[in-house]
Amino acid sequence: MRVSLAWINEWVETGWDPATLCNRLTMGGIEVESIEPAAAEFTGVVVGEVLSVERHPGADKLTVCQIAGGGAQALQIVCGAPNVRAGMKAPLALEGATLPGGLVIRRAKLRGVESAGMLCSGRELGLSEDQDGLLELPVQLATGAPFREALKLDDSILTLNVTPNRGDVLSMIGVAREVAAIAGRKLTPPFVEPIAAANFARFEVRLEAPAGCPRFAGRVIKGIDPKARTPLWMSERLRRAGLRPISPIVDVTNYVMLEFGQPMHAYDLRRLSSHIEVRKARQGERLTLLDGREIGIDSDTLVIADAVGPVGLAGIMGGEKSGIAADTADVFLEVAFFTPDAIAGRARRYGMLTDASQRFERGVDPRQQERAVERATRLLMDIAGGQPGPTVLTQVETQQPKRPSVTLRPERVASLLGVQVPRSDIEDILRRLGMQVAGAGDKLGVIPPSHRFDITIEQDLIEEIGRIYGYDEIPRKDAKVPQRPQPATEKRISRERLMLLLADRGYQETITYSFVDTRTQRLLFPGREALAVANPISAELGEMRVSLWPGLVEVLRGNLRRQQDRVRLFEVGTRFEMQGGKLVESQVIAGLITGAALPEQWAAKKRASDFFDLKSDVEALFGLTGRAAVISYIAAPHECLHPGKSAAVMDGETRLGWLGQLHPETSRRLEIREPPWLFELGIDPSFQSEVPVFTDISRFPAIRRDLAVVIDEATTLDELKKAVNLAAKGLLRELNVFDVYRGTGVEPGRKSVALGLILQETSRTLTDVDADAVVAAVVALVKGDLKAAIRG
Amino acid sequence: MKDLDSLIKRTLDQIASSSDLAALDAVRVGVLGKKGSITEQLKLLGRLPAGERRAAGAAINEAKDRIAAALDLRRAVLEGEAVGRDLAAGSIDVTLPGRGVAVGGLHPVTRTRFRIEAIFRQAGFSVAEGPEVEDDFHNFEALNIPTDHPARAMHDTFYFGDGRLLRTHTSPVQIRAMQKDGVPIRVIAPGPVYRRDSDVTHSPMFHQVEGLVIDEDISLANLKGMLAGFAEQFFEKPRGMRFRPSYFPFTEPSAEVDIQCVFCDGAGCRLCKQTGWLEILGCGMVHPNVLRACGVDPERWQGYAFGMGIERLAMLRYSVNDLRLFFENDLRFLAQFNRG
Repeated sequence: MRVSLAWINEWVETGWDPATLCNRLTMGGIEVESIEPAAAEFTGVVVGEVLSVERHPGADKLTVCQIAGGGAQALQIVCGAPNVRAGMKAPLALEGATLPGGLVIRRAKLRGVESAGMLCSGRELGLSEDQDGLLELPVQLATGAPFREALKLDDSILTLNVTPNRGDVLSMIGVAREVAAIAGRKLTPPFVEPIAAANFARFEVRLEAPAGCPRFAGRVIKGIDPKARTPLWMSERLRRAGLRPISPIVDVTNYVMLEFGQPMHAYDLRRLSSHIEVRKARQGERLTLLDGREIGIDSDTLVIADAVGPVGLAGIMGGEKSGIAADTADVFLEVAFFTPDAIAGRARRYGMLTDASQRFERGVDPRQQERAVERATRLLMDIAGGQPGPTVLTQVETQQPKRPSVTLRPERVASLLGVQVPRSDIEDILRRLGMQVAGAGDKLGVIPPSHRFDITIEQDLIEEIGRIYGYDEIPRKDAKVPQRPQPATEKRISRERLMLLLADRGYQETITYSFVDTRTQRLLFPGREALAVANPISAELGEMRVSLWPGLVEVLRGNLRRQQDRVRLFEVGTRFEMQGGKLVESQVIAGLITGAALPEQWAAKKRASDFFDLKSDVEALFGLTGRAAVISYIAAPHECLHPGKSAAVMDGETRLGWLGQLHPETSRRLEIREPPWLFELGIDPSFQSEVPVFTDISRFPAIRRDLAVVIDEATTLDELKKAVNLAAKGLLRELNVFDVYRGTGVEPGRKSVALGLILQETSRTLTDVDADAVVAAVVALVKGDLKAAIRG
Repeated sequence: MKDLDSLIKRTLDQIASSSDLAALDAVRVGVLGKKGSITEQLKLLGRLPAGERRAAGAAINEAKDRIAAALDLRRAVLEGEAVGRDLAAGSIDVTLPGRGVAVGGLHPVTRTRFRIEAIFRQAGFSVAEGPEVEDDFHNFEALNIPTDHPARAMHDTFYFGDGRLLRTHTSPVQIRAMQKDGVPIRVIAPGPVYRRDSDVTHSPMFHQVEGLVIDEDISLANLKGMLAGFAEQFFEKPRGMRFRPSYFPFTEPSAEVDIQCVFCDGAGCRLCKQTGWLEILGCGMVHPNVLRACGVDPERWQGYAFGMGIERLAMLRYSVNDLRLFFENDLRFLAQFNRG
């Protein structure tokens, strides 16, 4: 909200400079976002009076004027404004004046006629958008007076960030009230006197939904001059508050809203039929709003309706049909109180945020409607004449908002704030805020003023005391709490450990959105059910990821575009899987590698990453659990992966995740040239660890025997290992594969696997005889069970 | 004996002419090894007549010692020569890079998150997590934000059309933690949160750490102490800090916290809009309605909650000038945070 400091200063005198005032407001809970001058920089402008206007001899559209205000002598000035006329007053930029934007005014000849300065439009002074003519000044202003002073332009505009609980601050009087409370000064609000009725004109109001609208002040005003113009002082104030002047009737309602925070609405009396009623909308009712939009109205929305149908959305926006027109002379003013509950959320639902709805849903003072009517009547009559009928207040007594007393215990103030605020200060602060304080001893009864909708419990009062007393006055204290050691389990591998392991193996962590491009996800996971976002921010973020792979693949693509051809990525995050129609969220760790296995270097041959580069990283992760040996990798197809180069990662019967090459068809469609290799593993319960338990180290030497076993391609290493283990009968301490060979000497369809068997006993030194026996047993078994041959 | 003399002579010649350690070792094995000629002679001693045995033994042993001494001498020479050759052969270019893998690193948001977690863990907080797809109760109702509350406008929410939504803050984790573990409690809840907002300064997903402390005698003064301590540790220097009264539906009283600008130390600069202050978090004393929603008696228990944006802190800490960089995952950006 924009606030003119000069406006506030009319009602409360603090003696603070603008910076101090802003700081105190901010520290009092009304955040001042910015402070800027009310008018752009300009100098040398005075109030000019047009003495005479004559046609320019050389140009149809120009006039030659004699202007008073620039010293003892009248000045001759050439003017192009259509509205210039003798007797009017307008801003006069004298020779040497500097206008906003740096334009310097010089004596000049225009089409051969001497001009000693310039008469200005509002736009030329940065005061309005209006460029049709001179800015017409009130004739009361003294001719020759400095313009900035005459218009009080040396004012500051504060932009306030008012929190949603403080509807009472959404007005000039509200801000002034806050300033007065913070400064401990007296507030002098504008004096409003009732305007007597000049006729008996009235318009019937029926409150048919009194829970939402228990109070409605209305007044008919007839015979307003539709040609009247909003005076400069008012349009200046509207401008400073960020509103554009429109017409006197609309401007007056806006002005009173700014001043008192009381939204009001003016109807063209000609367009209302018989009476108006405030009620809930009926099934199927529609309304064309002032902004030209037509909406269907929900049945929980309050409308203002006449005999024909809705003429406005209560507390949000009026209808187009009954709005003020250029020739409107008779109006009906609506100044109502709508309860926050009746308005809250409605405007947003219709895609609107209006000055009125913003105030009503936060709470408007329910006792100020008559006052606002009188204020508006006074202003309107002053500007545009007219004869008012009586102010008619329609209300339902039983539905008036109540302000029950709130109990405050001073000891709770100390307990919650952590500082002892003296009792006298507590009471003083509350009274400064307009609260009635009763009672003594350890309990006070506090009744908040009618404009404070946000004070309902003791904590609300404590906050008020705290903020006025000053949060700065509250000390920093260490809490007295028991010190207990926190759990420090060794049985779960921390996520940080997993992440650092991958980072140390050359992976870069990424963080991608949990919602992904539906198309990419469908491409990777055709037919997989995913949770769709009902209101995505864009189609690219349309559904929740069922895997981290779509995100990683997108990151890969982005980096390939940026000429990164060796990429190693991982991410830890939540996967959102639909299982039997139910959402299952799980924490997973996923990785992607592509390009060269090693960074380009002189001492190692360039080689593309492959399955076994990726697998070694996965194995390293399981190495942290101490259970790497029991994790198995089973060739199995996965919709995302190359069917011949993918594996399920198993812990017994439980599948922990997958790894493999991105399906070549997917790569092709995404224009990825080098194959990416992917893994994804659930974090819980995959990464549990047993606490290490020491076992004896054998003091006896080991014997190594190498063996090259030729087996069918289809036979896996796991099968071979199983056979070797079985035959070695517990003497095998370690089994290494040091070569897999295909080619000369090995028949097609077969492969030669070179095994290193490390044999050892814990209780004695093994002999060559023992070793030979093991090798013989192994050879016999693999020859029999695996149709193996022994090479070399 | 003649045999022995000629053996000694021959062996000494062989030793002298051995040009490397391998050849020398072959000589050693040939003479002193298990089946070497001296060893063989020693084995044969027993067959000699008792009278000759002693003299012959002495002679063989003497021969053995002479040969052994010559071997040692020659080995020393050859080893010396080998070291010399090694030294002569070779200097390498030590400026060539080492071989092997490069090291990667953590995302700056994760790095910041872990630092924040570490600081609060040291202060006795535990770390909790919760679901990201939430229900209205945990995300709003229990946090004193009923339907149509104006504060909901501050949380532009992603919905799934069935009442579920993407959490707009990690505060629902506090609700779940209190429901599960009860009070007293000291917990932080880090994690991703979602708001339907995307521009230069807003990302539809970002990360928060929320903190919650409930006990019998926790005050706003304790909150000030904790957060001032946190900021000092996080930025590794004492920071001016101010608490501004503010409003959140789930705390009362509430405050926003500004720290002295980390770029200009409060003198005023472009990044702090000349104010000298940077807003870093929101906080307050937990609203009694929130405690009640978790079955906690607000007459007995009270405490504070705070919430901070991890990206915001990462930007301040590492001088990152554009929020969007965090989610573009450009390797050239990410790699800048690999140190430490």
